[in-house]
Amino acid sequence: MNPSADALKRQFGAAVRRVTESCGTTIVYIDPTRVREILAWLKDAPGEAYNYLADVTAVEYRDADLPLEVVYELFSLSRRVGLRVKAALPKDGALELDSVVPLWAGADWLEREVFDMFGIRFHGHPDLRRILMWETYAEGHPLRKDFPLRGRFSRSEQVRQALNANPEAHYSLAELGIAEAYYELPADLRERLSRGERGRIADAKGGR
Amino acid sequence: MARKRTLEVALGTTTVDPHGMPTTVPLGFETPDASAVETAPELGGEHMLLNIGPQHPATHGVLRLVVELDGEVVVRVIPHVGYLHSGFEKLGEYRHYNQLVPLTDRMDYLAPMSNNVCLAMAVERLMGLEITERCKVLRVIACEISRIISHLVWLGTTGIDLGAVTPFLWLFQEREKFYNLQEAWTGARMTTTLTRVGGLMADIPDGFEDGVRAHCRSLLKVMAEVDRALTRNGIWAGRTQGIGVLTGDEAINMSLSGPMLRASGVDYDVRKDRPYLDYETYDFEVPVGEHGDVYDRYLVRFEEILQSVRILEQALTRLPDGPINVDDHRVILPPKHAAMTSMESMIHHFKQVMEGVRVPAGEVYSPLESPKGELAYYFVSDGTAKPVRWRVRPPAFINLSAIAKMSEGHLLSDLIAINASVDIVMGEVDR
Repeated sequence: MNPSADALKRQFGAAVRRVTESCGTTIVYIDPTRVREILAWLKDAPGEAYNYLADVTAVEYRDADLPLEVVYELFSLSRRVGLRVKAALPKDGALELDSVVPLWAGADWLEREVFDMFGIRFHGHPDLRRILMWETYAEGHPLRKDFPLRGRFSRSEQVRQALNANPEAHYSLAELGIAEAYYELPADLRERLSRGERGRIADAKGGR
Repeated sequence: MARKRTLEVALGTTTVDPHGMPTTVPLGFETPDASAVETAPELGGEHMLLNIGPQHPATHGVLRLVVELDGEVVVRVIPHVGYLHSGFEKLGEYRHYNQLVPLTDRMDYLAPMSNNVCLAMAVERLMGLEITERCKVLRVIACEISRIISHLVWLGTTGIDLGAVTPFLWLFQEREKFYNLQEAWTGARMTTTLTRVGGLMADIPDGFEDGVRAHCRSLLKVMAEVDRALTRNGIWAGRTQGIGVLTGDEAINMSLSGPMLRASGVDYDVRKDRPYLDYETYDFEVPVGEHGDVYDRYLVRFEEILQSVRILEQALTRLPDGPINVDDHRVILPPKHAAMTSMESMIHHFKQVMEGVRVPAGEVYSPLESPKGELAYYFVSDGTAKPVRWRVRPPAFINLSAIAKMSEGHLLSDLIAINASVDIVMGEVDR
């Protein structure tokens, strides 16, 4: 059993719901409302230092009464130890929890995929939209157990929608706004760009 | 950040200064006079929206990048993925574990054998199954051949993206030799479906070991030539150095893995740090970069090919005789003659074909160092023959998510270099 589990219990008490183990990895179930706080502690506490977020995903069980689980696969690059943290979301409640993008930029696409596939919403995610399915996809969230393998719509309906899609509608509204976007850039950046300066734009603005 | 490189430039071009850092002056252009620029009218506001892909050779598959350009400078990149989404994870919930192996071929199709190994390894960990010694060594050989093939394709196509066509031809010739070996072993060039839970679908054919040795020798010669053609080439260095820089902390924060992470100076290789298949007993080095730019990613992958050759040589030397499959009729089909003559074997055969391999309840996250990075399969089992959840941790998908940050502020032509340096395979990104 990973000693981090006991450390978490000491630090957060009842927010650590239960601890199990499977195939040598310790699994800690935590309170879904305190995900960001607990993961931030695991990331930064000196004795823990789980600084590498290997994966974010979700699991839905075949038993419909069991809650959905959001799974965070952590790894400490300095200590070479892994830990799995799970937050269980009951299906009758709102499928929402805090995003960990402020902690790890790598969670961006991973959380978008979980949202796309399971419909779980992440508060504080900078750009939560579908990633693997297209933006106008209307059949739901494919990895949910109540989603049939062939999709919700009939094959003829899927074909009809594909044929009726406007092939010119390539761009999202955000992208179409790019033509005017220049005037929304900060003045210093506009000036640097007009001088022909090259290099990292993000540095000048403190990250975008 | 601005550590100086020492680099001998073989070809006298003006793109690299004496310290080996690329100068910002493109060939044949003068530096614009600063006073002249100040008086020039501001041309901003004419930001251009440029769409690259999904059908574009420089995007290495069906990746689509919507780029906001200010003149030639990339202001913003909005990547769109999913054009090759096949729903493998959903499909996996309706298949037996051994039936997932063909699906893994189609993810990272440049390194199918290491995907196969990753799947078998994950299920075996879940079952607590110990595979035979010969199988372990053969799987190491499979993984390293995959790494060589994948890196050869990467190096060749990246060379083409940056205007170096010759290495592509040399490298693809070498790759073809390894594909011939792969075909002799598994019967297919790309869709290998090599592993089964508890073993392999076939032992290596006659002459395979000699073939690997001979091809490794010729590969080293070609790599030496590519080294001479690229590593100290002024144009190559100018196009790649200082481009798409990520610091080690940024790379960790973005969950990058594989050569992308190591080029930024982070020493993390699953083979060394979470060993599997007895990798800890092989003698090899993990190359680590310093600057985290496209050039360092090139150097890291280049060195990884050479290290893979070292591992292959050691694996061939130690390859023991013996069975390739575990002696366990829960997972391995009995031989055909036994299934036809003995009642017990026939029952095993029937149960396995009809019901599949039963895996005890539990869950496992099983990582492997694929050519692209940390490839992991996360299985949740409820004790039946089909997984409740099959999650693929796709290294290329996560590495690609860094492209927006890497390419901001660079030239459009550098975006092509940066995109190439990620080493994406869209089959894996979209799954």
